[in-house]
Amino acid sequence: MKRHEAVRHLSAALPEHLVVCYAGAACEELFAGGDEDRFLYILGSMGLSSSIGLGLALTARRPVLAFEGDGSLLMNLGTLVTTAQRAPGGFVLAIVDNGQHASTGGQKTATAEGVDVGALARASGWRDVRAFSTIEEIDRGARSLSGDGATLVHLKVQPGDGPRRVVDVAPAELAARAKRASA
Amino acid sequence: MRGGWTFAASVPDKGIAPLLEGLDADDRFIHVPCTREEEAVGLCAGAAFAGGQGVLLTQNSGIGNTVNALTSLIEFYDLPLLILVSQRGGEGERIAAQRPMGRATRPILAACGVSAAEVTDADGLENTISRAARERVAAIANPAAWAKILA
Repeated sequence: MKRHEAVRHLSAALPEHLVVCYAGAACEELFAGGDEDRFLYILGSMGLSSSIGLGLALTARRPVLAFEGDGSLLMNLGTLVTTAQRAPGGFVLAIVDNGQHASTGGQKTATAEGVDVGALARASGWRDVRAFSTIEEIDRGARSLSGDGATLVHLKVQPGDGPRRVVDVAPAELAARAKRASA
Repeated sequence: MRGGWTFAASVPDKGIAPLLEGLDADDRFIHVPCTREEEAVGLCAGAAFAGGQGVLLTQNSGIGNTVNALTSLIEFYDLPLLILVSQRGGEGERIAAQRPMGRATRPILAACGVSAAEVTDADGLENTISRAARERVAAIANPAAWAKILA
């Protein structure tokens, strides 16, 4: 399972969720695979997709699924603590872990050297931590997510890109449609 | 907080400590204590994407941790943001390490498209909050001014 398949399948498995996607290849792949109004592409500010997702989840009338890469999570590890403290019901934080900074040249991240995303999450206060490494596990696992608390999903993926397309929706339109989709 | 600024994200500071306690005690506000100021800007952005209005509360040194978020997130998506700053490093500052960032705070905000308003009393704060409906603005007050405003 590669990044674009993991992001696409978990998004499709949670059709009521607003989807926040992290900067770089992940956004371009999600866009290339079929745009939806509930998709919010965060095209800069690496490391903040999870924080943006929490702010959305605490304000919007819909549940939120926020994707973050392993490299961007390591850039803002404090987010695990902050999001676990609030943990709004239905909030899903999905860490897409390919063990590398794929969008900046494929430099290895610490998760490739044994840093355990699930253990970091548990130590940070997340009570519901899942790990999916196949599409079947995503499809099956997503059905068992309850709306009561927040869930951290560790998506273990293989390095490599899917089809990409530059997100050419104007930022003001992305913001406006996120607001409409949140109501 | 007037004008719909009901979402707050903060990193603590002694100057605004009573304000943070007040936010926690008031059900009209959602207040999220953060580990670092950039994260807090992300939270305010998330609230804004959902149609809310986010306030960042921070010491001025924390402004240095917000630069990329203020530009590639807040400015890029043209999101509302109000910043309440406890300003250190001015006259009478006893910790020398506070002074460089004390000088750098306003130029950094200006470079990131955030107006800075020096606030010395409650009326000044009210005026700055009103301005935030039209532009991104930071209300900057030193600890003595915050003590007066929050008295």
